[in-house]
Amino acid sequence: MADTLKSDDITPDVVAEHGISPDEYKIILDRLGRAPNLTELGIFSVMWSEHCSYKSSRRHLGKFLTSSKRVIQGPGENAGVIDIDDGDAIIFKMESHNHPSYIEPYQGAATGVGGIMRDVFTMGARPIALLNALRFGEPDHPKTKSLVDGVIAGIGGYGNCVGVPTVGGETNFHAGYNGNILVNAMCVGLARADNVFYSAAKGVGNPIFYVGSKTGRDGIHGATMASAEFDDDSEEKRPTVQVGDPFTEKLLIEACLELMATDAIIAIQDMGAAGLTSSSIEMADKGGVGVELDLDKVPQREVGMTAYEMMLSESQERMLMVIQPGKEPLAFKVFEKWGLDVAEIGTTTETGRLVLNHGGTTVCDIPIAPLADDAPNYDRPHTPTEPRAVIQPSDIVETEDYNDALLRVMTDPDMTSKRWIWEQYDRHVMADTMDSSQSGGDAAIIRIHGTNKAIAVTTDCTPRYCYADPYEGGKQAVAESWRNLTAVGADPVAITDCLNFGNPERPEIMGQFVGCIDGMNEACRAFDYPVVSGNVSLYNETNGVAIPPTPAVGGVGLIPDLSLIKTLKGAKDGDTLILIGDTEGWLGSSIYLRALMQREDGAPPPVDLAAEKRNGDYVRKLIRNRRVSAVHDLSDGGLAAAACEMAFTSVMGATLTNPTDLPAHAWYFGEDQGRYLIATDKNSINPILTTADGLGVKAQIVGTVGGDRIAAQDGFDVSLNGLRERWESWMPTLMSGATETV
Amino acid sequence: MQTAVIVFPASNCDRDAAVALEAHTGKAPHMIWHKDTSIPDDVRLVIVPGGFSYGDYLRSGAIASQSPVIKDLKQKAEAGLTVLGICNGFQVLTEAGMLPGALMRNAGQKFVCKVSRLRLANAQTRFTKLYDAKDDIDIPVAHHDGNYFADDDTLRRLEGNGQVVFRYVDNPNGSRNDIAGIVNQAGNVLGMMPHPERAVDALHGGTDGNNLFKSILGSM
Repeated sequence: MADTLKSDDITPDVVAEHGISPDEYKIILDRLGRAPNLTELGIFSVMWSEHCSYKSSRRHLGKFLTSSKRVIQGPGENAGVIDIDDGDAIIFKMESHNHPSYIEPYQGAATGVGGIMRDVFTMGARPIALLNALRFGEPDHPKTKSLVDGVIAGIGGYGNCVGVPTVGGETNFHAGYNGNILVNAMCVGLARADNVFYSAAKGVGNPIFYVGSKTGRDGIHGATMASAEFDDDSEEKRPTVQVGDPFTEKLLIEACLELMATDAIIAIQDMGAAGLTSSSIEMADKGGVGVELDLDKVPQREVGMTAYEMMLSESQERMLMVIQPGKEPLAFKVFEKWGLDVAEIGTTTETGRLVLNHGGTTVCDIPIAPLADDAPNYDRPHTPTEPRAVIQPSDIVETEDYNDALLRVMTDPDMTSKRWIWEQYDRHVMADTMDSSQSGGDAAIIRIHGTNKAIAVTTDCTPRYCYADPYEGGKQAVAESWRNLTAVGADPVAITDCLNFGNPERPEIMGQFVGCIDGMNEACRAFDYPVVSGNVSLYNETNGVAIPPTPAVGGVGLIPDLSLIKTLKGAKDGDTLILIGDTEGWLGSSIYLRALMQREDGAPPPVDLAAEKRNGDYVRKLIRNRRVSAVHDLSDGGLAAAACEMAFTSVMGATLTNPTDLPAHAWYFGEDQGRYLIATDKNSINPILTTADGLGVKAQIVGTVGGDRIAAQDGFDVSLNGLRERWESWMPTLMSGATETV
Repeated sequence: MQTAVIVFPASNCDRDAAVALEAHTGKAPHMIWHKDTSIPDDVRLVIVPGGFSYGDYLRSGAIASQSPVIKDLKQKAEAGLTVLGICNGFQVLTEAGMLPGALMRNAGQKFVCKVSRLRLANAQTRFTKLYDAKDDIDIPVAHHDGNYFADDDTLRRLEGNGQVVFRYVDNPNGSRNDIAGIVNQAGNVLGMMPHPERAVDALHGGTDGNNLFKSILGSM
């Protein structure tokens, strides 16, 4: 491969192999005034890939609410930053690693965790919590078990070693993910608000430092792979998956945070997708400068690497930073203390160009602005999803066996205990985890070290709703996130999102994308709950079959006082159960329909955003007034599921009642939104009901806590332990190989 | 009382250990970098904390056991210094020959993080004398390599000498004789897989670990 400024033989085939369309290639020729060489073409290819350029999504992402009085930094940096008072800031983001995880589940998932952590500590934050949102294919699909096994081990293997607790997440199984699993990882970090680091490489003549692992040939064109569909030969892409080294990540975190405590760093950027290319170009573009790099100085794992390979490598655990002139010895000292490879590989320039020298010749000399700012920005045609018919309770014949119905709902793959997963994650390291997956609660709760405040964190999305109605599903994903934070007593502050969709070049997929974004945005605005960071993953398709639209939402809320936390734990014998929110018995797109009747039809439950907010604000007020002993949000599986989950964790049964005219299936299993189940003692019942009435919040007594059964006057009556046993055993049984049918 | 925590490059429970020590002693521990060659003379208790020391890509704790600071720790422990190895710290102490046996991959092959119920096998040690032998305690475990193994002769000797300190009620990793923690023959070095430093706070992990720290301080 001849790396010189002379044009290589760039044939139309070579252009196409780089995922660049003929029209895009014309722009490159125009901006350069000549044909690119192979290195330059590779650089354009990754920078203009869907993954890096957001060329299909950018114009739609711009609609999001992105600011509020707590937002310090919205989208556009490595992660979003919010103010949590007292000079503390939370920095967080969620990101997909879908394509690599399907090809190589352990390393794909592990490096997904590593990448999202780097996005957070790059900005000066110590990572304090990890979460994930995982979607796998049908449980009995031949690939599912090995994918689950590898992904979970990879997530655990990375986070456990680095020493950041993995505290929460969600997992779905559905045939729609048979050919494309989703692995979305979220990291939350803590920084001082006055010591946040950004990527703008301001100033000319400043030294550029490379630190971390050596550059190898792994992950070349990973960003391009993540920007195309899969076909039957996708496993041949295994060499494009990177390999993770959590030990080096741990060293990088400690070393970067140590150097960040000084004034040595002007700008810093991790080398994620598109590695050295993307990090150097983004820093230069934001700083309004040029960059000149000497590739001979890049620490290399292998001999004979070309400029093309070095610029496109996605080797993990690498950082690029611009150092304050004169502080070079300090930077070397810190990184060498931690045993990391470090090299000064270039300088910032006033040319506005990316110039690369290798082996004594200039191998790339291109203007930076077109790479970053002139990236294609498509207005792809989009067709809205056809609305579905609304299913009334009377349309669905009642079951004759409610015990069986309850069992089927609670052992639906999405509903069962995920203990098998979260016991493989260290949830307690750092000693500030106050609640995590293990309680099955609505949100994980992490104390801010050494203070009396905490953050609540959660990941949410209901893909079957989004598939049925992208707009309502998008609203619901944000609403459920807001509700889950509210249910533990937090003030919801902001979200990150991870938007997973199929091929945007198909109008119906683009219609799903636009619908979800518009719905999410409406909910964000209704709750003053902005998007501060995020990621888009398109082309999640195999042989033309797309995943269900899956806009995963990662929410962060603030709990100002540790004594004002409530969770679904804590219901006491004799407590009264009160349902907050309206119930019409919405069975369309419900777990009940799917688990009992193998039906996935019907419009999903609409979200009345005003009622959602009114109900949630009231529940938070009850928590802060110490009026409740336990709280749980209602979502999948409705009232019955919420009561079971509360009972499982408090190891105490419940007897439910139906004070309405609704048939039992609609009352107990309907998935109407904006609802909470609260447990309270008898002294608080009347004040709760009366105040609710005054606020226009629907509040009804729906049962009592106690005993060892889950019972309903007009429905089921099962042993708590027996049901729990079935709920707990589903996943271990699946993973041990013996498939049990209900 | 002055305490210390050893810090390897990928220790990750070093801060947790320091927080627990400071809560009990009122004094911040020395944080001793793995490349240091000596432990200050005023130190009365050293914790070798949990984590992955050098990444543990070889055998857990194997490289750490060869680090400069462990050489000095070994000498001082032979002279009677109190040492507590937790999780990776336990692995380091066995690799360094300061405790018998080895920690192998969990029998289930998976990393396991859960609250483990422990039985006091010996409530007479300097680490456990404030516990009531009748009462089981709940201490979290979080490890991939916690499956304690020793040959039959060693096990017999450990059991005969009362060197087994903690046993799992519900063995999470396949350890022989349900062993969760052991002391050396002299009784001044304890290694345990469960994390007592994660059980010193009612808001996080419970408080069943407190008596371990109180026992140590009480015996100084």
